[in-house]
Amino acid sequence: MSILRVEGLSKEFGGVHAVEDLSFSFDPGQIYSIIGPNGAGKTTLFNLITGVYTPTGGKVFFEEKNTARLQPFELAAKGMARTFQNLQIFFNMTAVENVLLGLHLELPRNLFGSILRTGGLGRKEREARKEAERLMAFVGLRDYIGMDANSMPYGALKRLEIARALAAKPRLLLLDEPAAGLNHSETGEIDELIRKVAESGVTVVLVEHDMHLVMGISNHIVVLDYGRKLAEGSVEDVRNNPDVITAYLGSGALEVHGGASC
Amino acid sequence: MSWLFSPRTGGLLVLAGIIAILPSFLPNAFYYDVVIRVGLNAMVCIGLNLLIGYAGQISLGHAGFIGLGAYGSAILTGQFGWEPLTAMFFSAAMVALLAYFLGRPVLKLKGHFLAMATLGMGIIISIVLNTEEQWTGGPDGTMVNPLTIGSVMLFGEQVWYWIVGGVLLVSVWVALNIVESPIGRALRALHTSEVAAETCGVDTARYKLLIFVVSAVYASLAGSLLAHYGAFVTPEDASFIKSVELVTMVVLGGMASVYGAVIGAAILTVLPQLLTAFEDFEHMVLGLILMLTVIFLPKGLLPSLVARLTNKSKSEEAI
Repeated sequence: MSILRVEGLSKEFGGVHAVEDLSFSFDPGQIYSIIGPNGAGKTTLFNLITGVYTPTGGKVFFEEKNTARLQPFELAAKGMARTFQNLQIFFNMTAVENVLLGLHLELPRNLFGSILRTGGLGRKEREARKEAERLMAFVGLRDYIGMDANSMPYGALKRLEIARALAAKPRLLLLDEPAAGLNHSETGEIDELIRKVAESGVTVVLVEHDMHLVMGISNHIVVLDYGRKLAEGSVEDVRNNPDVITAYLGSGALEVHGGASC
Repeated sequence: MSWLFSPRTGGLLVLAGIIAILPSFLPNAFYYDVVIRVGLNAMVCIGLNLLIGYAGQISLGHAGFIGLGAYGSAILTGQFGWEPLTAMFFSAAMVALLAYFLGRPVLKLKGHFLAMATLGMGIIISIVLNTEEQWTGGPDGTMVNPLTIGSVMLFGEQVWYWIVGGVLLVSVWVALNIVESPIGRALRALHTSEVAAETCGVDTARYKLLIFVVSAVYASLAGSLLAHYGAFVTPEDASFIKSVELVTMVVLGGMASVYGAVIGAAILTVLPQLLTAFEDFEHMVLGLILMLTVIFLPKGLLPSLVARLTNKSKSEEAI
């Protein structure tokens, strides 16, 4: 059974084919990467998978169920979580509250129950807060518990988004450029974190430009160019694929180790 | 001791204390009248701030809901002989229903478009109140029966002071409980990033609608009380300028601050009484205050003050 399958997926923006006739199938418990030059349609693909965009053609199946007409919040409830290329942090809140949003669906949300504070709301909030703090520690943000989101550095915010996504206990986690803008050691920490997440049984799909990270961590890679699938396979397959080398990376680029990025 | 200073218990105690002590500083009925109007405006602003300050959705038509609550009570008690409390809650339920069906399409809009749509909504309500003369008395307004509970008739500024004081406390308590619940957190989240809130499982459309309805009910209940207290309603209570006044109160007092809404309402209700000499320029002064607040205190009075105080104490600790 696949956890994520797309069939002939297309998205057109006024004549521009951002994603065109794309098909692939991902199995649970693996780390997948989607790579491609800027404008290849990677983020559009994420937005199609998570229901932010409606496809102009094709289908997305999450755990073999068609996701057509499902809103992003409904997909979240079904076990899909994501982070964003441009940080989407709730800057008007504390770090812990950001993570608490990820726990939203586990907490009582009835208006009258909230007003009268019935249904053990106070206790459940305290438990959720503990869980949020545990998650912050898990992603390496122990020192930032109790801080306002708007006073945290960029690298910490990247991990805060991951903590928020993990709070929803997803089975599929989509990470949109988690290492963008990070220095070498921070990228190493993200690498470790992604491995830890995958080990806990979450399927990870990564969009990333840092080839060192991608090549080191992925079980399987999909290469996009101009919205179409250029190649697909293991790290070795992609690394040796002549189309990928010429069309995307430039000859020799993949031979460079030690943090080559495009 | 820290629970005493948490916004819910500490703030409510302070507010209750102020309400309890204030009468000893009110020399006559005129002052009582001003304070009662502060309380009723504050009630509307608390609801409106949930919508504007927390959820980040503008409404330029909330005076319309005040009007509907006020006229609902006036008509149901005056022409149909309903009990005032029944009329008040029935009107609020009808307003909730109307806000629900108006809000569904309208809240899909954002920014200027939402402002225009709610503005239109308020103006249409105001036109209906002006023209349906057989029910509303037209532009001249209509008399309203006094508030009775059972056989007890409640009238006079002193009695109303305590009614409004009590209702205001409950309004603050309800708003704080909403704000400090997962619902309140979801509202603040969709204010900053709708797409991120959605990916956390927040049905943003539903939450916006929910808080729009809640804020409309606040306005409707305040409108009903205003009608019974003043014994008279006119379409002026539902006018566009009244809606702008309410938004100014919220912005001045402080976005996303329940007590800020109370302070904003207090200042802008008392100010015209102090500046009666400038009566002709009232709307100009209102516009000026709105502009100056947005430029110099974009967070509003109370949050700016709190930020200044906490920064100060932090830097003192550092020394």
